[in-house]
Amino acid sequence: MTDSKYFTTTKKGEIFELKTELNSDKKEKKREAVKKVIASMTVGKDVSALFPDVINCMQTDNVELKKLVYLYLMNYAKSQPDMAIMAVNTFVKDCEDPNPLIRALAVRTMGCIRVEKITEYLCEPLRKCMKDEDPYVRKTAAVCVAKLYDMNPQLVEEQGFVELLNDLLSDANPMVVANAVAALSEINESKPLIEVNSQMVNKLLTALNECTEWGQVFILDALSGYTPKDEREAQNICERISPRLAHANAAVVLSTVKVLMKLIEMLPADSDFIASLTKKLAPPMVTLLSAEPEIQYVALRNINLIVQKRPDILKQEMKVFFVKYNDPIYVKMEKLDVMIRLAQQSNIAQVLSELKEYATEVDVDFVRKSVRAIGRCAIKVEQSAERCVATLLELIQTKVNYVVQEAVVVIKDIFRKYPNRYESIISTLCENLDTLDEPEARASMIWIIGEYAERIDNADELLESFVDGFHDENTQVQLQLLTSVVKLFLKRPTDTQQLVQRVLSLATQDSDNPDLRDRGYIYWRLLSADPAAAKEVVLAEKPLISEETDLLEPSLLDQLVCHIGSLASVYHKPPSSFVDNTKAPLRQLQPNAAALATNGSSTGMDMDSAPGLIGVPSVGGAAGGAVPSQDTLIADLLQLDMNPMGGVAAPAAPAAAHVAAPGGGLDDLLGLGGGPSYGAAPAADPMAAWGMAPAAAAPAPSGGGLNDLFGLGGPGSPSLGGMLGGGGQQGYQTPKALWLDAATHKGLQVEGAMVRKNGAIYMEMAITNKAMQPLSDFAIQFNKNSFGLVPAQPLHIAAPVFPNQTTQVSLQLATNGPVQKMEPLANVQIAMKNNVDVFYFATIVPMLVYFAEDGLMEKRDFLELWKEIPEANEQQFTIANVRNLSADDICAKLQANNVFTVARRSVDGQELLYHSIKYTNKIVVLSELKISAASQSLTLSLKSRHQTALVSLEEVYQKIFDN
Amino acid sequence: MLNSLFIINTSGDVILEKHWKSVIHRSICDYFFDAQKKAACPEDVPPIIATPHHYLISVYHSQIFLVAVSTEETPPLMVIEFLHRVVATLTSYFDECSDSAIKENCVMVFELLDEMLDNGYPLVTELNILQDLIKPPNFLRNIANQVTGRTNISEVLPSGQLSNIPWRRHGVKYTNNEAYFDVIEEIDAIIDKQGATVCSEIQGYIDCCSRLTGMPDLTMTLVNPRLLDDVSFHPCVRFKRWENERVLSFVPPDGNFRLLSYHIATQNIVAIPVYVRHSILLKGGIGSRLELTVGPKQSMGKVLEDVVVEMTMPKAVQNCNLTPSHGKYSFDPASKLLQWNVGKIELGKPPTLKGTVTVSGTAVVEPPPISVRFKINQLAASGLKVNRLDMYGENYKPFKGVKYITKAGRFQIRT
Repeated sequence: MTDSKYFTTTKKGEIFELKTELNSDKKEKKREAVKKVIASMTVGKDVSALFPDVINCMQTDNVELKKLVYLYLMNYAKSQPDMAIMAVNTFVKDCEDPNPLIRALAVRTMGCIRVEKITEYLCEPLRKCMKDEDPYVRKTAAVCVAKLYDMNPQLVEEQGFVELLNDLLSDANPMVVANAVAALSEINESKPLIEVNSQMVNKLLTALNECTEWGQVFILDALSGYTPKDEREAQNICERISPRLAHANAAVVLSTVKVLMKLIEMLPADSDFIASLTKKLAPPMVTLLSAEPEIQYVALRNINLIVQKRPDILKQEMKVFFVKYNDPIYVKMEKLDVMIRLAQQSNIAQVLSELKEYATEVDVDFVRKSVRAIGRCAIKVEQSAERCVATLLELIQTKVNYVVQEAVVVIKDIFRKYPNRYESIISTLCENLDTLDEPEARASMIWIIGEYAERIDNADELLESFVDGFHDENTQVQLQLLTSVVKLFLKRPTDTQQLVQRVLSLATQDSDNPDLRDRGYIYWRLLSADPAAAKEVVLAEKPLISEETDLLEPSLLDQLVCHIGSLASVYHKPPSSFVDNTKAPLRQLQPNAAALATNGSSTGMDMDSAPGLIGVPSVGGAAGGAVPSQDTLIADLLQLDMNPMGGVAAPAAPAAAHVAAPGGGLDDLLGLGGGPSYGAAPAADPMAAWGMAPAAAAPAPSGGGLNDLFGLGGPGSPSLGGMLGGGGQQGYQTPKALWLDAATHKGLQVEGAMVRKNGAIYMEMAITNKAMQPLSDFAIQFNKNSFGLVPAQPLHIAAPVFPNQTTQVSLQLATNGPVQKMEPLANVQIAMKNNVDVFYFATIVPMLVYFAEDGLMEKRDFLELWKEIPEANEQQFTIANVRNLSADDICAKLQANNVFTVARRSVDGQELLYHSIKYTNKIVVLSELKISAASQSLTLSLKSRHQTALVSLEEVYQKIFDN
Repeated sequence: MLNSLFIINTSGDVILEKHWKSVIHRSICDYFFDAQKKAACPEDVPPIIATPHHYLISVYHSQIFLVAVSTEETPPLMVIEFLHRVVATLTSYFDECSDSAIKENCVMVFELLDEMLDNGYPLVTELNILQDLIKPPNFLRNIANQVTGRTNISEVLPSGQLSNIPWRRHGVKYTNNEAYFDVIEEIDAIIDKQGATVCSEIQGYIDCCSRLTGMPDLTMTLVNPRLLDDVSFHPCVRFKRWENERVLSFVPPDGNFRLLSYHIATQNIVAIPVYVRHSILLKGGIGSRLELTVGPKQSMGKVLEDVVVEMTMPKAVQNCNLTPSHGKYSFDPASKLLQWNVGKIELGKPPTLKGTVTVSGTAVVEPPPISVRFKINQLAASGLKVNRLDMYGENYKPFKGVKYITKAGRFQIRT
């Protein structure tokens, strides 16, 4: 007697069989048939062909049959909208049924039928049900409003359902209140219609105590969006919700923690109330860790945030984070993270012995992470460093390949944190040289050898053994090897000259990797120009590595703490990235973005920051003035790189870019930049130079670029952007707008504007890094847009953008891309990628960047066209002439923006100006401006064959005049 | 909230799908299958998976996954809690929440899911009410329905649904009124090689089975309520009274429910009732040996029962040749599980398991940790004790009973 019998099929064809059964006269048979249909539906079979037959069974007194038919309807109504209408009458009738169960069922099902046509019929019954005498019906109706809003938000607003929902917040039944809150918050998510105010908070707090657990989650989530007026109110809310911490439902507990964490911020930090509240917070979180593993995982991700924000809360609870061997791997990994965060001097012994235990487990990833954790403990708690090193050495003795490799990587960090303390272990490390086969471990080992070359007698031999296989190594290892050999040379110049020359030539001549070549050239130049300076640069004091390398940015952390218990908090990503508004461009850009992601080169970050470019800023001042002849140096450098490429202008362009990167870095490196204008944006110039390079047929700007690049222009030299613009006449330039906000885009801030200069469109961007790690591997892509705007060349930013730095980029754009009309017309959706993520934004491109240079028309053509275009296509506007421009001024201003004066005439004291505009897509717009001496305003008439071409042009004129 | 739910078995078949908003094609599960393939075992599949437009939140229970799909920001714990509730509901309806049980009752599962969630919001999750709405399958009732043409679906709104005590139905009647309470404590512990306790904690529950007529209002007092500083209550418990008087006052749901669960943290010293002495050497070739001794320790004069010692051996272990002094042992060469069923430990010589192990290869293999299960009747390890239970609101005299059990939770011994 089980449902599996519904799956048995006869040979004749299932659908046919079911059809006959559904039309059977026997009630019993009918019901069985519908059950079969539902059974097929549950496993994803398509039974939509039976729609009319199933609908016929709807008129019945049997509740089970009715429910089954409703279930069917919900699934298939969308595919059969016309047939679904047939069901409407039954719904409307059922909404009047004396049985509240039927009424609720009807209104509930009706909301689930996602058919546009049905929504109109739904309004009246729904309104009635929202005022129904039975709370069960009211609560179902509340949810139905959210469903309706999802389909047709306008209708919900027009029909006043939001107000009705608002009324339900004062309902006597707490369940109704909870559902109304849930529906309202869902509606508010897409468009804020109702704000939580203190009156509503009171209602919610009252309902909180009595409604179901799920309702409590909704209410608590709604409360978390409310900011109390003052401390007293905040404290009051805290007191009223804190009993929820003892709820059996983990979701309720975590939502309560969320609200409390947010409110605590508002209270004075040292009050007794805070102390007692934080004391209350610990036990429930510990309890979550004895729940099911899935709950543990979410709890741990959130605890990770909480201990970053308020380490005190759980500092006593270290032991609950100890890993059990049969924990799922995802729980183990999270526990480890929290353990390290909680590690401090008082408990470090315990933690270390645990970590050592974990390092002998079976799971490779977990073991690796444990070894890393030991290293992090050493860096975090200085007193424990010695024990950590001893533990790591013990682990190295196990000779387990991956343990040894991980240990080497972390020992490198320990060396950096505590220089000249544990170098005695180097010999042990060297013994394991052969077992290292992972790039990171190899690179770390090479770093250690280079750094302590003077203490390792056979350092040259060791490095030489690596050099032999130089080309088979990973880039990371190659870079490291280069640096280490140079270090070795600087420390022991006598016997390693040959080696360093070999490596330099390997890096510069035989490598295809620009990063490697760049670094090779820097070293080469440095060494040949002035070894003393090279020593100061390469062997400079290394910046300290921070204690906690993986802390979240404070701004993001604050944001996430306010969203504890959400998906955002699980992923430690800003909540805005989970909101619907990002979805629209996302969907369209998806294929492009995927391509973009794969295109981007994945050069790993430089782990050895000191001798590379990362350490640069700290060196700058110290080394200043040490190098005598930068002119020759630069000349050489240029030649060097130009030569292999051949001296021809066109192919030289990319080469210039490569020069630019090391050059920019180099200057700064040596502290030669000098001029304040230069120092402001060291990394920007190479980029700008590159943006310009393809257009470098004219030598003047290119020379200027290089001048600027190397800081020769001195303090007074104009910025590169200015240089570029300077060539042509100065048109109106839109000020830079904020395109990507650092707070919500992982620290990447992009301000930018689209400008037209020298006959091409440029995208000027200022890329600021507000994250804690360098940003690199930038790439950009445009979605289809109205004017086919696409980058003319790939976005290339040679040097990574370091934290708190800004890079200026000018990217040339072309208009030969795919075209798709956008709404608004000038909207362009752009995807920008870097080593962290892909970001999406949209911007309105100022129309005037599309005005082409060849827009001037012959008078006769103008006249003919003006006549030809029907009156209907003419639009008139009045524009304020605030600056009181004369006709000549106006013409000059317009001319500068590629709006060309075709003719002028004076009639009755009025001056008439005729202009023509040609868009990049060859659409022509004609304009007539009437200037009367008497009035301050101008009358603008616009005409074009294509109405859409006129959209918002008057604003463009206004902007030009006001500028 | 929840948009869709897929029930998937470990071999990657979608057993059932239910959509509450628009239909999301089941190809979304491919992301889940990918994660499933990557995981070493089903338990290791990450519970939250982000895909370009959806989030997959899953729970794993007895060879099946419940995968919820959400398209927007949703409190993941709410979804996970709900999914566990689904598992609990299905278990109580069909005795197990498994592949076959769901397949056999797919229509009822579908109906239940529809009752439990509306538009992605949890609607009715109280078992008491669900059972009123949809009667659990029952052989006799099936026969009766067959004859009378009645169905398992209730035709009227269950009364408890909207009262201020939604967990209890109205009009409950019993001829024998009784209420039983089980105080169950599970000891979670990690013991290190030397036998010292690394960490230990007690996870306690008071489970209740109430068969009481009408609307009884119960009050339970504990001898030592101060023990419970970290406690989560069933919604029926009046929190105010607990906070002020440390008294448990509640109107119980009908049937079985968990009144409260509590956690006694590591700061308090937990008595460890069992010890395992071990001497294990796993090495390729000859010379591998294994010796385990298990015995009572601080068991407060009570007898250890149902003692089971388990080890999941490393892959290199081929076979075991062991002799137990008490009980039985088994070794499954496929799953590498060594299980020693000791049973009751009487006074006298402690049970031992001794013998040799066949290990392939030549290297020395790290011995696996040992996990122990046991049960002690009539003892709550924390010392929690129920003082008295009073009933108000009804004027019959119920039969009351309290039982104490201490069990091993996740009790692990490192080797």
